Amino acid sequence: MSHAHESNTKRIYVVLAILTIITTVEVALGIVKPAALHLHGVGTSWLNWIFIILTLVKAYYIAWAFMHLEGEKTWFRRAIVWTAVFLISYLLFIILFEGDYLNNTLAPLVKW
Amino acid sequence: MEANIAVNSDNKETWSGGTAKPFGASYGKMMMWFFIVSDALTFSGFLAAYGLTRFKFIDSWPIADEVFTHFPGLHGVHAPMYYVALMTFILIVSSVTMVLAVDAGHKMQQKKVAWYMFATIIFGIIFVGSQAWEWKNFIGGSYGAVKTTDNQILQFVKDGHQIALADFVHTERQDERVQHVRQNGLWFEDEPTVANYSVAQVQEAFKQDPSLQIRIQKLNPETKQKVVLSREESLVKLLTAKQVVEGANLHVNEYGNPIFADFFFFITGFHGFHVFSGIIINIIIFFNVVLGTYEKRGHYEMVEKVGLYWHFVDLVWVFVFTFFYLV
Repeated sequence: MSHAHESNTKRIYVVLAILTIITTVEVALGIVKPAALHLHGVGTSWLNWIFIILTLVKAYYIAWAFMHLEGEKTWFRRAIVWTAVFLISYLLFIILFEGDYLNNTLAPLVKW
Repeated sequence: MEANIAVNSDNKETWSGGTAKPFGASYGKMMMWFFIVSDALTFSGFLAAYGLTRFKFIDSWPIADEVFTHFPGLHGVHAPMYYVALMTFILIVSSVTMVLAVDAGHKMQQKKVAWYMFATIIFGIIFVGSQAWEWKNFIGGSYGAVKTTDNQILQFVKDGHQIALADFVHTERQDERVQHVRQNGLWFEDEPTVANYSVAQVQEAFKQDPSLQIRIQKLNPETKQKVVLSREESLVKLLTAKQVVEGANLHVNEYGNPIFADFFFFITGFHGFHVFSGIIINIIIFFNVVLGTYEKRGHYEMVEKVGLYWHFVDLVWVFVFTFFYLV
């Protein structure tokens, strides 16, 4: 409530524009699927990397502007963001490696 | 009791004594944030499980823009992604009206808060409705396929494009199989929906049209497209068919791996349930705004708190959208 009387209307509309543009770009890329991005890449395709990075950018704007994390006390924000980011990264690291292992082990056994 | 009151009118709002609020946040807002962190971990668990399964079947996972291709009013038009893009936009707009309501609350503009809350509720309802429509199309299916004895899904291709069973199976059904309904049962029994076509019927129609081919679940890593068998291979492969599959349920679906549909139903369902609860909570807060509860209380922090929850639902959708439809 420390920002009780200032209006953020302009910022809100700027963020709406940013989120709309990012979503449009994502959908356009998803429909066109340029071969250079879709069929090449490190780890996964470049297209997938673009999608994941754009998603994180969108998440940043929603959390910082709409959920107003940018106006909270620094350590309150960190208590929320660092906790979530650390735990989710750890979970993904373990589980996705396991998935890759399962594929390496089981895929050769499937007869198509 | 004091825990339920964000800011007391006698200025004893500091949790239970003292003068400074920890982190400058009220008890209610802080707990809403901690709930959101734990809920975010729940969703991460689901999406990570989806990731594990997808990595496990990375060489045969269904291609999303071949699955979600419908748009209201455009029958038979291949429109991948447009509808879900629209849904995403609707949810983002509802987040904007929510944050505008919070903003108006800071300025104590009761009427504006009420109108923005109302708009948020309407957009939320539109989103849930859209999700129901998406489910309807997914469950109903669009092409139909057959399942083999080793549980693979075979789809049908003509001139490089997938073709629906209805477009090439024209012969009469020979096995006289009809749906068993309760009123004909000796006991109170019925059975799952019987497919429109029998396996023999599909095999016969396939033999008659030499331009038809079969597409299997396996992906070609070079082109990232499903492998299409030659005509000869197709004829041999089709002999192993044991079930005609139309649409999707938890056991089998025409798009490929059964677990793809399971995760789709579970994760979008869990998210949809969050949206639904958000709408209910928003309606309650909307009535409180209209009745002037927060005007009397002197601040609109409750609007801010439900706003946090609503934005979180939007945040989750951003990830669901990416990992189900784009990646």
